[in-house]
Amino acid sequence: MSNALVLAADTANAGASDPVLNMSIFGAFVIVTMIIVIRAGRNNKSANDFYAGGRSFSGTQNGMAIAGDYLSAASFLGITGAIALAGYDGFLYSIGFLVAWLVALLLVAELMRNTGKFTMADVLSFRLHQRPVRLAAAISTLVVCFFYLLAQMAGAGGLVSLLLGINDQVGQSLVVGVVGILMVIYVLVGGMKGTTWVQIIKAGLLIAGAAIMTVWVLALNGFDLSALLSKGVEVSQALEAPFDPLQPGLKYGKNPIDFISLSMALVLGTAGLPHVLMRFYTVPTAKEARKSVVWAIWLIGAFYLFTLVLGFGAMTLVGPAVIAAAPGAANSAAPLLAAALGGPVLLGIVSAIAFATILAVVAGLTITAATSFAHDIYANVIKRGEVRPNAEVKIARITIVVIGALAILGGIGVQGQNIAFLVALAFAVAASANLPTIIYSLYWRRFNTRGALWSMYGGLISSVVLIAFSPVVSGKVDPKTMELTASMIKGVDFHWFPLDNPGIVSIPLAFLLGILGTYSGGKKENSWIAAEMEVRSLTGHGAEKEVHH
Amino acid sequence: MSNEETEKGHHRIDYPAFEETPKYKELRKRQRGFVIPVLIAAMAWYFLYVALAVFASSWMATPVIGVINIGLIFGLLQFVSTFGITMWYVSFANKRLDPLATELRHELEAKQKAGVA
Repeated sequence: MSNALVLAADTANAGASDPVLNMSIFGAFVIVTMIIVIRAGRNNKSANDFYAGGRSFSGTQNGMAIAGDYLSAASFLGITGAIALAGYDGFLYSIGFLVAWLVALLLVAELMRNTGKFTMADVLSFRLHQRPVRLAAAISTLVVCFFYLLAQMAGAGGLVSLLLGINDQVGQSLVVGVVGILMVIYVLVGGMKGTTWVQIIKAGLLIAGAAIMTVWVLALNGFDLSALLSKGVEVSQALEAPFDPLQPGLKYGKNPIDFISLSMALVLGTAGLPHVLMRFYTVPTAKEARKSVVWAIWLIGAFYLFTLVLGFGAMTLVGPAVIAAAPGAANSAAPLLAAALGGPVLLGIVSAIAFATILAVVAGLTITAATSFAHDIYANVIKRGEVRPNAEVKIARITIVVIGALAILGGIGVQGQNIAFLVALAFAVAASANLPTIIYSLYWRRFNTRGALWSMYGGLISSVVLIAFSPVVSGKVDPKTMELTASMIKGVDFHWFPLDNPGIVSIPLAFLLGILGTYSGGKKENSWIAAEMEVRSLTGHGAEKEVHH
Repeated sequence: MSNEETEKGHHRIDYPAFEETPKYKELRKRQRGFVIPVLIAAMAWYFLYVALAVFASSWMATPVIGVINIGLIFGLLQFVSTFGITMWYVSFANKRLDPLATELRHELEAKQKAGVA
């Protein structure tokens, strides 16, 4: 990138960005949500309250919270930026995240709500051998949450330099620490109820912000989408390296199998994400769980339609060259568009929304991981179910502090690392280790403990090992310098797996291992409990009830 | 839900026998009969779109109306089909699943009460 462009990007960024204003708006968000979280935390006595928000949220509220949990900074900043820089392929990527919800809606949400209590492992171990299945499900829950959390914390560090103009290591680490501590306070004080409210408020702000900017961009183009798109074509044709933003394949066309692998992980991973599954326990009935997914689909779908307009808006109003040269590159597209449209105030609002997004997503991940550790590993595997519920919640609280500390240290440790692949990896692990066993447990009577263990451990290990030996970890060559600097570990090459995404191998493998394990002679399971599970899953008989205070 | 807990709480109901009742069989058939084929179709439709986008990208770039090309129409149709299937399933579940499931749940609750008494 030429010096003139870097300079232009710096002025575009620094000229419009006002760190004090950005921090004040974010501070206001923190104060408002903190008051709500403290109020919500008053009734957090039982495990039902702490883990599942008393199961008292409506489908509409939970749908908003799901959208708040799911639309991470990667969606908002990453997809807008991908569309601004690569046109169609950014849009193509976003569609997988939406279609994925059909799996959750049709196969999983209601039956999980009817048969589980707090965690994914509750459902998977319902009719199989308790301890080994629960342990496997808890391990995979913790792995998915850990990868996802690390990606979010790394994103927080990147946002700091982008939005607050803090570029030194100490300042960035400090902000990561503040985000981590705020998150721990929210989750400790508010439990699931507080976390849910943070996510609802964040989803409202994010979607409203995106909607306003979308209408603004469309208004500048006479509410004519094809006029906006043609402008985008003109702008990108006039670049030093011209491209057609409406033709698919710019980003993913070079390695189509890799993109198909990624799509499989996105579409099948969502319904296996533990922090998404846990949200279904916060509503009183299966019907409300269905309603939550329906709301989530409308909100998430609308949001991705907005990102199409925002991406082309950033392309035409800011320009791909300026975005690519700005700190944070693609991630700066949405903030730069906000600055171009509404000056420092809109940029401040968008920056605050981006921070709120990270805060809400890490809070959801933390409560999920803590619940799984306390409820699955501590109470049911170590103590064999012989614990008082209060002791279990106490362990969950301690776990939250430990996870918060790990997230802060991890977030500081990965500053500046190229770890954007971690979110895709979390989806791949969820699709490989969790989804096959969820589907088999709910829909295949013959499925047994050995099948579950083979499938879960096989899916988990294969997806992680394939990533470790893929080009994202080592051996990717930077096309400009021809040196080994484009991977996470620079200067070495130990990769033998050709793709960036393991899903195309690990997902079918995990499905297959579930079948092979089951037929390899594991003992037959208790058919009475299997019948009970199915009857309960379909009728809602014996499902956990709402808590009234 | 641990197995021990289950044994204490619900074994008074003969679930395997309940599974053989015609009403329950009907509910199961309706649920499976809807979700499995619809989901398979939705997945096929999505992966067809992905495959066209990565393997036939120049065909997808063929303009249809102004700059709007086949790829954009296909992409927007994915939104339409996702929203459409969602609404279809909700109306199906409200009409064909919920009333039957509620009726069966009440039967089971009555049975359990009788067992406890």
